[in-house]
Amino acid sequence: MSDQGRPRVFLVDDHAMFRAGVRAELGEAVDVVGEADEVEAAVELISERLPGVVLLDVHLPGGGGQAVLRGVRPRHPEVHFLALSVSDAPEDVIAVIRAGARGYVTKTISGDELLQAIRRVEAGDAVFSPRLAGFVLDAFAGSAGEATLTAGLDPELDLLSPREREVLRLIARGYTYKEVARELIISVKTVESHVSSVLRKLQLSTRHELTRWATARRLV
Amino acid sequence: MCGGLSVATGIDVTLVRIGFVLLTLGSGVGVLVYFLAWLFIPLAGETANIFSRAVTDRRGIRLVIAVVPALVLAQVLSSAAGVGFLGSFGWPVLLSAAIALLIRRNAGDEEGRWITEELVPLVHAGDGPHGRWSSVGRIAVGAILGVAGLLVLVLGHPTGAALRLLGGAVLAMAAVIVVFGPWWLSLVRDLMSERQARAVAEERARMAAHVHDSVLQTLALIQRSADDPRQVVRLARSQERELRSWLFEGRPPGADDARTLTEGIGAIQRQVEADHGITVHAVVVGECDLTEGLRALLDATREATVNAAKWSGAAQVSLYAEVDRDAVTLYVRDRGRGFDPGSIPGDRQGIARSIRARVARFGGSVAIRSSPGSGVEVEMSVPRPQSVR
Repeated sequence: MSDQGRPRVFLVDDHAMFRAGVRAELGEAVDVVGEADEVEAAVELISERLPGVVLLDVHLPGGGGQAVLRGVRPRHPEVHFLALSVSDAPEDVIAVIRAGARGYVTKTISGDELLQAIRRVEAGDAVFSPRLAGFVLDAFAGSAGEATLTAGLDPELDLLSPREREVLRLIARGYTYKEVARELIISVKTVESHVSSVLRKLQLSTRHELTRWATARRLV
Repeated sequence: MCGGLSVATGIDVTLVRIGFVLLTLGSGVGVLVYFLAWLFIPLAGETANIFSRAVTDRRGIRLVIAVVPALVLAQVLSSAAGVGFLGSFGWPVLLSAAIALLIRRNAGDEEGRWITEELVPLVHAGDGPHGRWSSVGRIAVGAILGVAGLLVLVLGHPTGAALRLLGGAVLAMAAVIVVFGPWWLSLVRDLMSERQARAVAEERARMAAHVHDSVLQTLALIQRSADDPRQVVRLARSQERELRSWLFEGRPPGADDARTLTEGIGAIQRQVEADHGITVHAVVVGECDLTEGLRALLDATREATVNAAKWSGAAQVSLYAEVDRDAVTLYVRDRGRGFDPGSIPGDRQGIARSIRARVARFGGSVAIRSSPGSGVEVEMSVPRPQSVR
């Protein structure tokens, strides 16, 4: 349906001004197939138009970005989601990732970076902004050595490998995937696979820190 | 009030006061006269009396109508129980209480403040800190009084008469509760909703003040500098940051007195963004309270960040802080023009030295990585003292 290299993008945000801004910034580089400003309409339209990537606002009237993910993902797992937010609250961001989003970027991101992130998510990779990398390092705190002593932790899911930790730390420091690859003398593909693996752990792990973040939402 | 009366009658104010005290001691009527006078005689220097305001205070009148029956009931019961010596004092005191209610609600501004600040605390003097013992004591005193009252009833009359009296009293009480109960309830609800409404109004006023001080000011500044995109971005960023710290962290705007690492980093971010018009991305992993060594580390970080803002030419700087078990490490990174560390220009060497010296004093280390065209990354680390681990 779309020409090669032009991702089909769907925008979900309750601020019309922000949607217009993203449209203008991405311009011809993407094919915006639809917009929605609340959960119900978003679920309906996304299921109908099946875009490649949904840019999803974390804070949305009617249940937040998570509700959209829960409405679409079970029937259309091929639609990828990229969370966008101005919120600093880690529990909100982690909750959206755990509901199935493949990445998180802040709304202050530049147009070029956003386009890059959209391409990456469309290809099924994970997109970690420095902030998300920081949240994850925080959530998976504790080195592998001492954590194995803690009962009930599954090292496959509940711990980051030293390499993954290294990659995340560089991303949190502001390195792009390419710069991370150069620094660690590995390929960009390897960086991507590390990040995807971290995303998987983030979504499947039952570590109490993650659950706590997801449930103990601060009242704003 | 005595002042008002003495003005009206021409009698010396001290004499008026002495007269009232004597009247009060003689019979309860003195109290009633005092309160009536308070209600009807204007304050010295004022023309309107409190009564003229009280007649329009519908809620106050309702309050009186609701409270007075309860007092009347108590009075009737006590005289029926043979403790009639209360009678001569009771009625005037009762009416005075009702008038006092109206006075408190309708007193003028200054007088009202005096009542709230000086008189009311006297009534609540026993409230102090509500410890467990004070409530236990209150319950004990109540129980003793109750038992004593029953004893007076039972001992003062033949057994049958006492029971009849008790039954009558209970019936009368029930009747009053049935008639006035809903009224009391609605009154309590009214008072509560009044208090709630006041809290909401205060919160709204606080919010409006904040929005006015920060958001509206910034919007005005943005409009004025619409032709300078860099300035607009800077203003928007700093406003966003301030609002966010207010909404999510509950920190009042302008409070830059950092106590934790995150707060310290946030302060650097705000300051550099405001002073140099660049974007600072900050990520903090872990958290700890600031020690002397960490404050030095933050000073060095500020220096390095300002440096990057001034020299790199990059539009954004990344800050990354990580709290380990043994150390706190900070990275300041830009993607600007960079430099060859082998040939540091004189002025930069000075800054690098000041960064190094600050951190070294607390056993820390500094590493600067850069090459022309690839930006600069400064890594600074300070060990954590054993005691705070």
